Formats: sequence, structure tokens, C-alpha cells
Amino acid sequence: MVRYTLKRLLSLIPVLFVVSLAIFLLIHLIPGDPASAILGEEATPEQIAALREKLGFNDPLPVQYLRWVGGLFRGNWGTSLFMDGTMLQIIGSHMIPTLQQTLVAVGFATLVGVPLGMLAAIRHGSPADRVISAFSTAGISLPSFLMGLCLVLLISVKLRWLPSSGYKSIADFGWATHIRYMILPGIALGFIEMGLIIRMTRSSMLEILSADYIRMAKAKGVSPWRMFFLHAFRNALIGILTVVGLSFISCLGGATVTETIFNIPGLGKLTLNAVMRRDYEVVQAVVLLVSLLNVLCTLLLDLLYALVDPRVRLN
Amino acid sequence: MQDLSEIRRRLRHEQQQLNIRRYLRNRQAVIGSVIVLIMLFIAVFAPLLAPADPLAQTVTNRFAKPGTAGYLLGADKLGRDILSRILYGARVSMIVGVSSSLISMLFGMIIGLCACYYKPLDNILMRICDGLSAIPSILLAIALMAVLGQSLFNVILALSIVYIPRMARIARSAALVVKEQTYIEALQSQGASAARIIWRHIAPNILPAVVVQASFNFADAIITEASLSFLGVGVPAPQPSWGNILAEGREVITKAWWMVVYPGIATALAVMGTNILGDGLRDILDPHTN
Repeated sequence: MVRYTLKRLLSLIPVLFVVSLAIFLLIHLIPGDPASAILGEEATPEQIAALREKLGFNDPLPVQYLRWVGGLFRGNWGTSLFMDGTMLQIIGSHMIPTLQQTLVAVGFATLVGVPLGMLAAIRHGSPADRVISAFSTAGISLPSFLMGLCLVLLISVKLRWLPSSGYKSIADFGWATHIRYMILPGIALGFIEMGLIIRMTRSSMLEILSADYIRMAKAKGVSPWRMFFLHAFRNALIGILTVVGLSFISCLGGATVTETIFNIPGLGKLTLNAVMRRDYEVVQAVVLLVSLLNVLCTLLLDLLYALVDPRVRLN
Repeated sequence: MQDLSEIRRRLRHEQQQLNIRRYLRNRQAVIGSVIVLIMLFIAVFAPLLAPADPLAQTVTNRFAKPGTAGYLLGADKLGRDILSRILYGARVSMIVGVSSSLISMLFGMIIGLCACYYKPLDNILMRICDGLSAIPSILLAIALMAVLGQSLFNVILALSIVYIPRMARIARSAALVVKEQTYIEALQSQGASAARIIWRHIAPNILPAVVVQASFNFADAIITEASLSFLGVGVPAPQPSWGNILAEGREVITKAWWMVVYPGIATALAVMGTNILGDGLRDILDPHTN
């Protein structure tokens, strides 16, 4: 296990190198001069020259890259052109709403997706299976902004059950209000993931239910429920955990859309505002951070996987 | 000699018949391709189908309700016909979906095949793909749009960059399986050139896996284009796209529900159609991955 962990940690280095290089090059790919792109059309040549100097655009690219990476290690992730505080502070304060929303989304997707997927597998081929499978296809086909708008239209505008937008922090407004404001964005964000989790649960349960040891258990006369939960579900759990972990990652990245609809001051909203205002260092920092989280989550999942299933380590 | 080519022709014919039968028997594939064909038809013939110019503004008909004379699905805040805008919006979705999935399929296959056949390249190419796919796709697309600037072409470019690494991975792993087959070894021993083996003998055999992935990329491209336009970083404003109709609808959701519901249905139908087609194709072409 130790060797496997070390091997996996080493394999992160090239990935992180490529990620950082890609994100670094992104800004330097701007056609023309990034400094004049940041300042807009009315900037004077002196202003552009000053900004170029300040951002270090006059140095050769490899030097700029190394300086940037060096800064990352020292906690200097760049500065925003519009917001005060260090980049890590800015990101930190925007991270919380995104994480809360992601937790609600993944919670919803798991609590609805896993039971439905199991039911579909247990009643394989029945009308229930077909309805659930159609539901999961519909889930995969409803992008989060569509689901969000539908929910606002139905639940907030028509039925007036829940607020249509806004963010209320736990510290200022308490748990109840916070959750009321988080339900709709969470469901909108988690709906696609729910569809995926249903699919994954169903197919991994079906695969395991056709295995020899399940047939053996059946032949020995194990009761159906014991067989489903004790024998099959436990083995399907690995696959399900993976897809839940992956859905956590994609919610973290995909929250941009729901944060815009529901006006939540999270990472996605931060990125989008930065893009609109050409605050490129913020874009760079957020994309890098989310990619980093992505890589770490994937590593964690793989390690968990190897811990649970020794066969993985041997490959 | 003639006999052999006759047999070959017969075999090919039979294989085709078998494929057609398998396709027709797969309900998902048939339904999915019907929906996609309808969408493509609408995209191609939008100018003939649309009752009005999607950009024509009639201020007196601002927020006309669905069913008002000349506005079957209502009008937006500038009095533009929603139906015509949705029909023209299909153009954007289909152009983006088709081109980005084809471009990523082509480059993904080239990269995947090179990685599979030339060992020294393999590590470098795959690490680059790993790195690029570690960046969440919507964020990468937004960042690329920020850098490239808003235009239809740049949406296609950004999405292709997002999909190429995934496609390369699929192509490579499919090609690795094919490469181990005995007939490839036989070709090598006969002295066939690497290029010939790759393009004439490996490439056609990885097509099924690649095509299935391309159909899922198509569905994802429709979603991502609509999301980008919805966020205001996709297709620029006067040009109608489902995403920016929805974005305008969102601002007036309490009084003009038709600006959200109808383009929403169009988007969901298009994505569902492509997803169902993808599922069907996977069952037909690539059964063991399911």
C-alpha cells in the first residue's frame, strides 16, 4: 500500500506540471497584448507599458512561468485588479458557498440516485426498471441551468414555496434559512449527477448480481434481501463510491451556472465576474485551484479503491 | 481470383445487412437518430421554416403572449418571434455539436493512435491529456472563451480543446487492444509500414468506440454551448442561441414564462435525443463496454 501510494503521488507531478503550464499559457495565448486586453481600448501606451512592467510581461516566458510557480509555492497566487486581500483570501471566502452548494447537490444525488438505481437493478426488466432508467436518461439530459430555471419557475414563482435566489450564510441567518436558500440550487446542480449515479448503481449491481458467487448464494437458499444488501450491494459499493466522488468534483467545477441563476457569491460567480472584467489572474488562480482539488480528489478515490480492493494495487 | 472477390463482396453485403438489422432492432438508436435528424433538418432549413426574421424587432409586440397572431410561441422584450429564434438557435447548437465532436474525433484519433504505436510519444501525449482533462470542462471552456473572445468559431474551438484529451484516451485504449491481435502481428511480419498498419488496419477497428464517444461529446457540446451562451460568454448577443434566449428569459421569468419553457424544451429534447442515440450506438457497436 505504501509503495502504491508513493507511486501514485509521483505520477501526480507530470499532471500538475501540465495543468499549471496549460493555465499559464492560457493568458499568454491572448491574441495581441494581454496588458492592452486588460486595460481596454481607451488605455494610453504609457499605461499599457506600465502594466506590462508591473505584471512582468517583458521577461521571457520560461522566466515568467517559473516566477509564477515559485509564487504559488510561497502562497502568492497573484493579485486581483479589483478586489482587496490576497488571492487565497479572496478564493477562500468564495469557496464556502460553492462547497455548501456542492454538498447539498451530492447529498441529493446520492440519496435519490443510489436507492433508485438499486431498485431498478433488483426489479431488472420490470416497468419500474424502465421508468427509473428513463428518469435517469432525462436527468442526464437536463443541464443544470435548465433544471434551475424550471425549479425557479415551478417552486418559487408558481408555488412560492422556496426563495428564487440569494445566499444566506449560516453565521448570519442560521441553519434553517441557509438550507431554505440552498435546496433549489443544490437540486439543480445535482440533477445530472443523480442521473449518472442511478446508471452507475444499476449497472454495477446488475453486473454483480450475475456473478457466480451470487448464483451460489441463491442456490444455498439465502433470502433475497440478504443477498441484495449483504452480498451484492457491498461489492457494488466501490463503483458507487467512485461515481459519487466524481460527481463531487464535477459539481465543484460546474457550480458556475447555478451560482449565476441563484445569485450565490461562490467560486463560479467569482470566475465569471473575473472573466467579464478581464481580471485574468483571478481566472488563473481559480481554475488552478479547482483543477488541483480535482486531481487530489481523484488520487484520494484511487487510494481508497486500492485500500478496499487489493487487486488494484497489483496493476 | 474472381471467386475470391465475389465471396468478399458477398460477405461485406451480408455484414451490412446484419448491421442494418441490428440497428433497426435497437429502439434507442432509432428514436435517438430520428430526433437528431429532425434537429439537423431544422438547423439546415431554419430560414425556410421560421415564420419571421429572428432579429426583426417589433416594439409594439414586446412580450406578446404565445398564440398572439404571428407569434406562435410568444415574443421577447424586443418583440422578436421566439419560435423563429428557437429554430435559428438549433443552427448554433447543431453546428457547434457536429463540428466540435468531429474535430475532437479526428484529432483524438490521431493522438490516440500515435500514442499507441510510438512508445516514446505515449507517455508524453498521455500525460498532456491527463493534465488537460484535470481541468473541469466548463471552467476550461469559460477560460478559453475569455481569452479567445466571443464568437461561434471560438466556441467550437474551445469545446474541441476540451474534448480532444478524452477522445485521445478512448482511441488509445481501443487501439492498444487491436494492436495485440494476431493479424496486426502478421502484417508487421510481412513488412507493412507503420503508417499503413495504423491507418488501414487499426483505425477502422477503433471507430466503433470512437463514434460512441463522439455521440456523447455531441450531447455534452449542446449542453456546454448553451451554458456558455447562458452565462454570456458563448455566442454573442444578437445571434439567437438556446442559451442566450434562456438567459434573456431568466431576467423576466415572472412575466414571460414562454421565454424559458420553449427554448428549455428544445435544449432538453436535443440533448436527450443525442444521449439516447449514444446509448443505442454503444449497444450496437461496442456491447462489452456497457
